[in-house]
Amino acid sequence: MKFIVAIIQPYRLDTVREALNDSGISGLTVSEVRGYGRQRGHKEVYRGAEYSINYVPKLKLEIAVDDEKADEVTETIMRTARTGKIGDGKIFVFDLVSVTRIRTGEIGSQAL
Amino acid sequence: MINGADTAWMLTSTVLVLFMTLPGLALFYAGLVRAKNVLSVLMHCVAVASLISVLWYAGAYSLVFVGGNAWIGDLSQAFLIGVGRNAVHAGTTIPDSVYIMYQMTFAIITPGLIIGAYVERIKFGAVLLFSGLWLMVVYVPVAHWVWGGGWLAAMGVKDFAGGIVVHTTAGISALVIAAALGKRDGFPHQLQPPHAPWIVMVGAAMLWVGWFGFNAGSALTAGADAGMAMLVTHMAAAVASLTWMAIEWTRFGKPSLVGTVTGTVAGLATITPASGFVGPFGALVIGVVSSTICYCTVHLVKTRFTVDDALDVFAVHGVGGMTGTLLTAILMPVALGGVGYGEGVTMGSQFGVQALGVAATAAWSGVASLILVKITQALVGLRVGRDAETQGLDLTSHGETGYNVAFGGTSQ
Repeated sequence: MKFIVAIIQPYRLDTVREALNDSGISGLTVSEVRGYGRQRGHKEVYRGAEYSINYVPKLKLEIAVDDEKADEVTETIMRTARTGKIGDGKIFVFDLVSVTRIRTGEIGSQAL
Repeated sequence: MINGADTAWMLTSTVLVLFMTLPGLALFYAGLVRAKNVLSVLMHCVAVASLISVLWYAGAYSLVFVGGNAWIGDLSQAFLIGVGRNAVHAGTTIPDSVYIMYQMTFAIITPGLIIGAYVERIKFGAVLLFSGLWLMVVYVPVAHWVWGGGWLAAMGVKDFAGGIVVHTTAGISALVIAAALGKRDGFPHQLQPPHAPWIVMVGAAMLWVGWFGFNAGSALTAGADAGMAMLVTHMAAAVASLTWMAIEWTRFGKPSLVGTVTGTVAGLATITPASGFVGPFGALVIGVVSSTICYCTVHLVKTRFTVDDALDVFAVHGVGGMTGTLLTAILMPVALGGVGYGEGVTMGSQFGVQALGVAATAAWSGVASLILVKITQALVGLRVGRDAETQGLDLTSHGETGYNVAFGGTSQ
């Protein structure tokens, strides 16, 4: 199993989620996060004074999938989250050691 | 004789002016600070309002408006002794009780304005001590000079609703205490922006509406003077909002909400002294000039003075009030829709008196505030520790936090 973490532009979420649903993933977790990459921050102006916003709002998606689905999910996120502009985010893929469904105690692929 | 219509309007105006502080000003300021200090700012406003109310009753009212000499009133109505239920306030058609209460709301908002200078780093004890001392040493004498029959009133200074008494005193004192406290970590370029611009707008909108009580109420009657004061107040606010918006739109490509409502407040502060003396044309001029000058001063204070007057009290309120007081002399002529000058008074002589009023008040406010800041520092200290400041005053000074949406604490 793989654990996929994607950092994306917040306004791409709906498009990404719809595409992922179509590719048959069983669930996903979203959180609001802040950070920076090569994009660095941006500027905001209040009362004529510029403030540097060092940490830009992003969404973090977390998805657990079977090994054979990982490439498709990664590709789907890349295709749908992309705007072509700097700040589109990144996708990280980890090996997933174990999954347990808390309600039933099922373990492994069955728990996904 | 008590007049029912006048009294009804003054009761309404009193409510409006208190509403300016609670919660108008409180929200205006609360939205501008960072999330970790939102409660502390609201707390400052409530505590200052309550404290000033008690001091007003105890002696401040009497020292401003009762008897005395050119410099200060007397204490013959301390604790409102001798204020009868049916007493009419001298020279008005409203009860003493209503006049006392109406003027109290001005005394409340003036040290309330100064809060914007010292937010996010001051000790709570210093807020109370400084505000109390400041009312008695700065506000009380200046209000007596201008509105209580003191020496500036005798010279014919025109301050309809507080360009001198409220905004000049608060603005200058804000600069003094901000300089004494020092800068917040990261000032001026690495600060975090306002945590909730929408709350800033809600507060500014409440100030806008409440300001009708401030300015139109200062007529003390429900008549033509109140009507025109309300009209010019509104026009100045609207034009100033558009002006600030246009400046930011031109300079930065985007018109911001925080900027636009800052323009609103600049316009309101600037029309305040003039609101009983100018016509709609004067209000348009004041609207344009106020936002332009206040916008430039915000920059000046941050980049040249490098004083961390955190929420721009001096630049917006102080400079607005001073500018409006001077412009009053220029925009008063009947030809410009104003009320005209008194007998033997010219634009030049009126301007001279206005300038003297501003200068004397600014000097007194500056010197007295500096001394009061030193006293406060010696008695209770001014600034919280560095760790407390980083953690935020909400938790470290008041044991509360403003936003507990996701992970609320559990009760023991």
